[in-house]
Amino acid sequence: MPRLRDIAKLIRTKNAGPFQLTLDIMFPDAKSYEHVVASGVINKAAMAAFFKVDESKVRLFNYAPGNAIKVTVPRLVTSGDPADTDLFGGQQFGPLVDWEVPPINQ
Amino acid sequence: MTRQIRYLSPTGVLGVGFSENHFRAALARDLAFIGCDAGSTDGGPANLGGNKPFFSRAAIKRDLRILVTGARSIQVPLLIGSCGGSGGNWNLNWVREIVLEIAQEEGLHFRIAVIESEPPRDMLLKKYREGKIRPLDPAPEISEDVLTGADHIVAMMGAEAYVAALEGGADVILAGRSTDAAIFAAIPVARGFPAGLCWHAAKIMECGGAAVVTMEKPEGMICTITDECFTLEPVSPTQQCSPLSVAAHALYETADPYRMLEPGGEMDLTQARYEAVSDRVVKVTGSQFRPMPYTVKLEGASLIGYRAMVLGGVRDPVILEQFDSWFEGLKDHIAENVEAVYGPSIRGQYQIHYKLYGKSGVMGDREPFPDRVGNEIGLLMVTLAKTQEVAYAIAGQAAHMVLHHSVPQWQGLLSNLAFPIAPHFWNLGEAYQFVLNHVVELDNPLELHPIRYEEA
Repeated sequence: MPRLRDIAKLIRTKNAGPFQLTLDIMFPDAKSYEHVVASGVINKAAMAAFFKVDESKVRLFNYAPGNAIKVTVPRLVTSGDPADTDLFGGQQFGPLVDWEVPPINQ
Repeated sequence: MTRQIRYLSPTGVLGVGFSENHFRAALARDLAFIGCDAGSTDGGPANLGGNKPFFSRAAIKRDLRILVTGARSIQVPLLIGSCGGSGGNWNLNWVREIVLEIAQEEGLHFRIAVIESEPPRDMLLKKYREGKIRPLDPAPEISEDVLTGADHIVAMMGAEAYVAALEGGADVILAGRSTDAAIFAAIPVARGFPAGLCWHAAKIMECGGAAVVTMEKPEGMICTITDECFTLEPVSPTQQCSPLSVAAHALYETADPYRMLEPGGEMDLTQARYEAVSDRVVKVTGSQFRPMPYTVKLEGASLIGYRAMVLGGVRDPVILEQFDSWFEGLKDHIAENVEAVYGPSIRGQYQIHYKLYGKSGVMGDREPFPDRVGNEIGLLMVTLAKTQEVAYAIAGQAAHMVLHHSVPQWQGLLSNLAFPIAPHFWNLGEAYQFVLNHVVELDNPLELHPIRYEEA
């Protein structure tokens, strides 16, 4: 199975303000974007489990103008709190890079 | 020819730098104004709570000198928003002093508007009691104590404050906390261009030249707005905007790529269309702005104590093989030792935050593979206490406890931690916390943002 890194052109997380974290999975073209959206690999339940938040708190956007899937969740702790591990929220996507996705049919 | 307005955003954040030659070339493009965002909450709550600028004085002064002399050379307004990073009064005045110094050094004379964004607390309390302060989602619980006790609270101004300052004759506007887009939307909206296009363009322009295909280094962007569309053109001749790069910018640091709340309304990008005009210029149409009751966002930071830290590495495979059980025992050992020194009353009066690099340091409880451990684990311990003295003392005790904590398979005195820096524990100073993620309803847009003028 290909992994997300084989298909996406960029996978990133970042703060969306000090109280939210946002994930962008960006694809090089409409075909790869539509393929991953249709695969259902990135869904609210999976994202809730990954980010350890309640599913009702997961916002998921399929953003066709940018060939991108966006997921926004509450931060577990506010940015810069003593318990925070990632001030800018820039490295919270790591394990997603190796998530498996179905192959694109040529 | 249809009417148009053109402006320049020289860089994504004041202090990060940009190429002076590209900036100077852009001045010849019939600009109506130059805007620059100076703010961010990325640095954490200390920027606001502890009056800490986001960039150094030298970096801010370098960028400001080019911007001030450039704007004055073509006689257009210069708008700087969220001065000093947080936009708090101390940070705003810090930037004001740098601008005055530049004016003197360059022999320039101009009118400065300073727009403050730290409302008096009694005004905020009144709003709170009237039910006009509402939480965003998610937001911390607040009470009157938060509104009176926070070290600093800023209100993010909208476009109207900039327009008022220009009407007051300002050549250079130094604004406290502002929405990033308000800096760039203010003048085009005031001139009657379509609000949807003005705000959408502003949301992209606040990041300077970031909406390009490949950003090698921070550079600027030129925006031209008409009654039908806006176009974006990077100032660097070697950089390109593509429809995809511009559309994708709506993702950056936003919670929702289609809708963004601003003072007085909401951007709606669901109908936005992106087309290439050339291989480096992109045209956007269809962006909407829906007016809503006028609210501004509040940011606040409170002191929560003082910190100290220890950093070291564990390389002993015998410890690494049983790290979790060894470490749990160690944490208990540290707690006992702290109580032995300070008595049981210290319980609940301090915290130690552990980060285990090489294991779960980056993702903490979210790490799906905390048992994948390599050659070593880096241990960062940050203490938090009510005084610096106690935070420092606990860091020292914790370092010593780790160093000698027993390992069942070994006999004799151990030395478990490699410290890369001497001395091996340090004070980190004040710790702050963001305490507000709320909006406040205003009766008029200038209510919380007084403007004063001075001649440089």
